[in-house]
Amino acid sequence: MSEPCEITLRINGTEHTVTVEPRRTLADVIRDDCGQTGTHIGCEHGVCGACTILLDGEPVRSCLMFAVQARGRAIRTVEGLQRGDQLHPMQEAFMRHHALQCGFCTPGFLMLAVGALEKWPDLGDEQLIDILSANLCRCTGYENIVKAVRAAAADMKARA
Amino acid sequence: MTAKPASWIGASVERLEDLPLVTGRGRFAGDVSFPHQLHMRMVRSAHAHGRLRAIDVSPARALPGVVAVWTAADIAGLPPIEFREGPNAKLAPFRQPVLATDHVRYVGEPIAAVFATDAYVAEDAADAVNVDIDELEAVVEAPAPTSEFSAGLTTEPTICRQGYGDIAGAFKNAAAIVELNLTIGRHSGVPLETRGAIGRYDAARDVLELHGAAKVPHRNRESLAQMLGRSPAGLHLYEAHVGGGFGVRGEIYPEDILVLVAAMRLGRPVKWLEDRREHMIAANHSRQQHHVIRAAVDAEGRLLGIDDEFFHDQGAYIRTHGTRVIDTACGTLPGPYRLPHFRIRGHFRLTNKTPAATYRAPGRYETNFVRERLMDAIARKLGLSRIEVRCRNLIGSDEMPHERPLVALGDDVVLDSGDYQGLLDKALARCDWDKREREAVERRRAGEWVGLGLAMYVEKSGLGPIDGARVNVHTGGEVEVITGGASVGQGFETVIAQVCAETLGVDYRRVRVVHGRTDRIEYGIGAHATRATVMTANAAAVAAAKVRAKALEMAAQLLQADAASLTIVNGSIRRADGTEPAVSLGEIAHHLRPSSPTRGQRDPGLCADGWFTTKHMTYPYGVQIAQVRIDPGTGAVAVEKMLIAFDVGRAINPMLVRGQLVGGFAQGLGGALFEEFQYDERGQPLSVTLADYLMPTAREVPAVDVLITEDAPSTCNPLGIKGAGEGGIAGVGAVIASAVDDALGGNGLITKLPITPQAIKAIIDGQ
Repeated sequence: MSEPCEITLRINGTEHTVTVEPRRTLADVIRDDCGQTGTHIGCEHGVCGACTILLDGEPVRSCLMFAVQARGRAIRTVEGLQRGDQLHPMQEAFMRHHALQCGFCTPGFLMLAVGALEKWPDLGDEQLIDILSANLCRCTGYENIVKAVRAAAADMKARA
Repeated sequence: MTAKPASWIGASVERLEDLPLVTGRGRFAGDVSFPHQLHMRMVRSAHAHGRLRAIDVSPARALPGVVAVWTAADIAGLPPIEFREGPNAKLAPFRQPVLATDHVRYVGEPIAAVFATDAYVAEDAADAVNVDIDELEAVVEAPAPTSEFSAGLTTEPTICRQGYGDIAGAFKNAAAIVELNLTIGRHSGVPLETRGAIGRYDAARDVLELHGAAKVPHRNRESLAQMLGRSPAGLHLYEAHVGGGFGVRGEIYPEDILVLVAAMRLGRPVKWLEDRREHMIAANHSRQQHHVIRAAVDAEGRLLGIDDEFFHDQGAYIRTHGTRVIDTACGTLPGPYRLPHFRIRGHFRLTNKTPAATYRAPGRYETNFVRERLMDAIARKLGLSRIEVRCRNLIGSDEMPHERPLVALGDDVVLDSGDYQGLLDKALARCDWDKREREAVERRRAGEWVGLGLAMYVEKSGLGPIDGARVNVHTGGEVEVITGGASVGQGFETVIAQVCAETLGVDYRRVRVVHGRTDRIEYGIGAHATRATVMTANAAAVAAAKVRAKALEMAAQLLQADAASLTIVNGSIRRADGTEPAVSLGEIAHHLRPSSPTRGQRDPGLCADGWFTTKHMTYPYGVQIAQVRIDPGTGAVAVEKMLIAFDVGRAINPMLVRGQLVGGFAQGLGGALFEEFQYDERGQPLSVTLADYLMPTAREVPAVDVLITEDAPSTCNPLGIKGAGEGGIAGVGAVIASAVDDALGGNGLITKLPITPQAIKAIIDGQ
C-alpha cells in the first residue's frame, strides 16, 4: 500500500484538494472525500453504470478509475447539470416522462445520456438503445428512460 | 403539469419524489454518514457447508485503524434472527445466527465482523482473518433425499399442505389427466442499490438509531427491540431513499443487528455498505421450486382437480419470512380458474445455498408459470385452443365474491371482485389475437421461429389488517401526512398526496408525506405485499376527511355560514356558490392553535388520525400476451410484441401504475430468459457479479402495450383500489414460456425457467 498523496480534482468547475491513498477509486473520492454523493455506486465492477460521470466530456465508470488518474481532468457529475434553478433538459424530461422510480440509477443514466447527446446530437433510435443498454435500471423497464432521452435530445438541440 | 385536473385521484401527475433524485440530492444509505463513524466489513464463509474449527482474528486486529473484530463468541447473548410473525417452535432451530457458531451452511454466511476507521482498512482486515473450516458435503438440489441439518433435525423442516374437496375422486372421474414436471430457477430482486445499515447510539437521549431501514421499519423495530432486549421506545428506524426493494431489502439481516450492537458497545456510529458480490450471495434469493403437477379434466377440458407436489429450495436457513413464500404458492396456485378439488404439498427444503425469501410476486411468479403451463398442456391434450380451455374454466363475474378454502399470507382467500372473461376479451381484441395467430402460422411456414403466448393470473394486494395516518395542516397551509407506510421508490409520496389532496381540497404539491420514521408515528406496517396504496391511501383519506370536516366547521363560525354550504378549493374555504369571503386552511389552522381565542372548545390543531381496517386482501387480475421470435442459430429469444392488461380497480395515478407494470415486466423477463443464481456441485455460487447474473438492459426489454382497466373496483376498501406493484411481473414467466413453446411447435417442451439459449438450441437441434 503506498502513501496517501494530495491531489486536486476539478468537479463541476470547482477544485477539490484532497489527500487520498492511490488505491481509492474515483467514485469513492468524489463521494466521500469531495462530498458529491449524487454519483452512486451500484456494482464496483463496471457493469451497472450507476457511477457514470463525464470525464473530459466522455461518459466513464468512476468505479473503474483511481482518483489519482483523474488529476487535471474535467469531471462532471449530476450535481453540475443544472444552471442555478434551471434544470437541464435531461432532468426535466426524466421527471416529465416518469423515467425514474427509486432513482438510484438515475444520475448514471443522466450523465450517460447527456454525454452521448452532447457528442452526437442526432443519435438514431438504434444507436440510442445501444448506448443506453450500457447502464442497468431495475425499476422502470427502460421504456420511459428511452422516451425521456429522446425528448431531451430535441430540447437540447433547441436550446443549443 | 400546472392546471388542476378534474380530480387528483386518477390524474397522471408528476411525482413529488423526483426533484432531489434527478439533481443528485437524494439520500440513500451510502449517503448517510455521522462524525467519528466506524466502518464494518463482514468475513464470510468461502465454503457451502462445513464445520467451523477455528478463527484467528489476530492478524486483522493488528492492522492500524482496526478497532474490533468480532466472532460469534463476542455476541453470544444475541438470539438468532427471529421470524417477523413471531416465534415458531417448529421452525426455530433453523433460524440464522447473527454470526456462524459451529457450522457454516452457505457461501457468504457471516463468520466475523471487522470494525475499522476506514472502509478500505476494514476490507483489508477482513481479508486477514484466518478461518479454518472442515468442508462437509453440500446439498445443492432441493428434491434430493433429505439429510441431516443438525443433530436430530433433517433438511425438511416442514411440509406445507393445503387443499379441499375429494382429489382422489376427481382423478377417478377424469376424462383426461395431464402431468407436468416444471422447474423455476433461483432469481432475486437485485436492486441497483445494495444494502446498507448505519447504527448510531445517542447516549444523550438513550436512543439507538438504525438508518438505511426500508420496507417494514415499524415491524422491524419491534423485532430488533426484542432481539436486543431494549424497549422499543429507545430504538428508532429511519428510512431515507431506498434504491429498490423488490422484497429483498428491508428484512432484518445479520448486518443490521451487528451495526446496532457495535454502535452501543464501541460508542461510535457504525456504517456498513454491502458490496455487489456480497449482495449476490448474502441478500435473500427467491423462486427456486420444482413442481410435479397433475390435472384431472372432463371431456370438455373443465378442471376437476389439480394435484401438485413441489420442492421449495429455501437455502441454508429460514429467515424472517418463515414459510411465507411456500404458503403463498399453495394458497394462490389455482389462479382465475374454477377448481372443484385441489391438493398441494410443498416440501420446504434446506440446501447449502443463500437463504431464500420473498421477491416481487413471491409464490405467484412460480405458480402462475406452473398453472399456465398446465392449462396449455390441457388444451394440447384435448385439441382445444389455449383461449378456449381458459374460457371454459374462468370464474365468472357473477360468482364474485369467490371464496376459496385456502390461505395466503395468513389471510383466507376471498376473490373480492373481477371480470376475468371481460379482461381476456379486451386483451385479445386489443392485440388482434386471431390475426396475430394467423401471421405467426404463416411466418413459421416460411421458416421463422415465431410464437404467441398467453397467460392469465390473479394477483393479490392490500394485505391488512390495519393502517393509520395522521393529517396535519400547518398554519402556512402546508399539509403533512404522517404515515406508517414505506417508500421503496414506487411513488408512494405522490399517490398518498393525491388522495389526501382530493379529499381535503388542496393542490397535491402542498402535501408532504412522511414515511419510514418510527419516531414520527407509533404504528405502521410498511410497503410489502402490494399493500401501500390500498392500505395507507385509504387511511390517509379517512384522516383527511376528518380534517376537512373540522376545517369546515371552524370556517362556518368564521364566515357566519352553514358548514354544509361551504367547500374547499385549492386550500381555500368558500361558499359553494362562489360568493366571498373565503378563508384559507392555513388561517383555520391558525384559529385552531392551542392558545387561539377563537378555538372555543374544539381540540387544538387542524389535524386528525385516520385508520383503515380490512378483513381480506383484494385481488387484481391480469392477462399477458407475448409474441417472440427465436434465432435458430443461437437459441436467443427476442420479444417482438408484449401486452399487459391489468385491472387495478381504481388507478390513483395511471402513469405510475403503468410504470409499475412495465418495470415489473422487465424484471419478470429477466427471470424468464436470463437471470439465474447458479451453483456448482460443491455449492459454490457461480453468479456473483452483474456480468454473470444477467439482468435485462434497454436492448432486451421491448415496448410494452399496457391496458389498465377499472372494471372491478375492490369491494374491500372505500376507494376501490387494488394494488399494481406485483401485477407486471407475476405472469411473465408463464407468458414467455407459452410463447417460446409455441414458436418451437407447441409441444410443451418448455418446462424450466429461465429459458436459456442452450435449452432452446437443444430443442431445435433435436427436431
